[in-house]
Amino acid sequence: MIAYDLSPLFLSLKVATISTILVFFTSLILARFMCRYDFFGKSVIDALILLPLVLPPTVIGFGLIVLFGMNGPFGKLLEDLFGIRIVFSWVGAAIASFVVSLPLMYQSVMAAFEKVDPRWENVARTMGVSEWRIFRTITFPLAWSGILAGLILSFARGIGEFGATLMIAGYIPGVTETVPLAIYFAYEAGEMEKAIFWVIVISAVGVTAITWVNYWRKKNAYRIGRE
Amino acid sequence: MLNVDFRKQLEQFELHMQFQMGKEIVAVVGSSGSGKTTLLNCIAGIMQPDAGGISLHGTDFYKESKKPLKIQKRRVGYLFQDYALFPHLSVEQNILYATSRNNDIAHISELTKILDISLLLSKYPHQISGGEKQRVALARALAAKPDLLLLDEPFSALDDETRSRCQSELLRIHELWSIPVILVTHRIEDAQKLAKRCIRIEKGRMTEQLQP
Repeated sequence: MIAYDLSPLFLSLKVATISTILVFFTSLILARFMCRYDFFGKSVIDALILLPLVLPPTVIGFGLIVLFGMNGPFGKLLEDLFGIRIVFSWVGAAIASFVVSLPLMYQSVMAAFEKVDPRWENVARTMGVSEWRIFRTITFPLAWSGILAGLILSFARGIGEFGATLMIAGYIPGVTETVPLAIYFAYEAGEMEKAIFWVIVISAVGVTAITWVNYWRKKNAYRIGRE
Repeated sequence: MLNVDFRKQLEQFELHMQFQMGKEIVAVVGSSGSGKTTLLNCIAGIMQPDAGGISLHGTDFYKESKKPLKIQKRRVGYLFQDYALFPHLSVEQNILYATSRNNDIAHISELTKILDISLLLSKYPHQISGGEKQRVALARALAAKPDLLLLDEPFSALDDETRSRCQSELLRIHELWSIPVILVTHRIEDAQKLAKRCIRIEKGRMTEQLQP
């Protein structure tokens, strides 16, 4: 058996984990805000958050280069202030994963929050409990099942991100070579065995994640969400 | 003293309520969709009236052109129609939810004793019967020592025997706590058994105030 360099797997896991953590907190804040408040232009903001779902990955990649490229506003700022270069680095791959998985997580969290009966929150309010504690002890635990599904979807989307990652992070073996990039360039180079190896690895990661979520949901369905 | 005098525009009609009450049980009767639950929601702060005012013991809950008092500061116990127990918390956690300090333990244990729910504390809402849920929800509503108790069709899901027992318990608790209680019901029998006064509303209008 041929031994392959496993760095693309570790890099993909690192990129997907970091982007999922960022997506988790960003989506919670955005969804909570959008669920609770009505304001002028709300539907436009909603559309902007969901836009990456319908845009081709090349457009997202192009947008990221414009914003985070060496002459882009954020790219220049980050390099001047912290010496962080986004293009041709794994950070760029993490940002690309974040942008493409945010709408998936946002939709899941919104749906999960909307499923929580407002009566439970109102009962807690009449008991004099603060909004933060209501969120921590009522809304979040009751929405957790949907949030977890969103997390897994986002992680899977992050680990499989290809187009935007290629545009902003490029293909530098050992530096920005994630599993999807490794598959594409192995195929391009005619290394079919290597491509198949990575296809099996990424499929195994996906199947494991989905199986675990389904198991967890079944295990906890007996009381969460029921009265 | 609870003073209620407000107007609120609903989809079909305008709800106009005007009454005062002391530390008594007042029943509000009327058909479905007559505005009974909206009345409770406005007093609790879940909805806001369009005009008028609501005050309890001199504290304004709502006054036209002033910022309404936050729900959390109204000290109102609210028992929802289908109890709305937190499904992921045990009976004990439901009751203790709003009480974080140990000095409330005596009050809670007295409540659980009066309502006969001591043996249910470790169970979850889906593991107990309708009558037990009603008593747990009542204990939870009273646990935070409210100044006003709102009951929305509390007996609607109960069989005759359980209803009668829960009604007796409510009367006993009212005797002990002596706080204003508004009981919303569509059953005139419940009003007759429990309330000193009865307000009838039809399509948002108070049609009569009777002594049942």
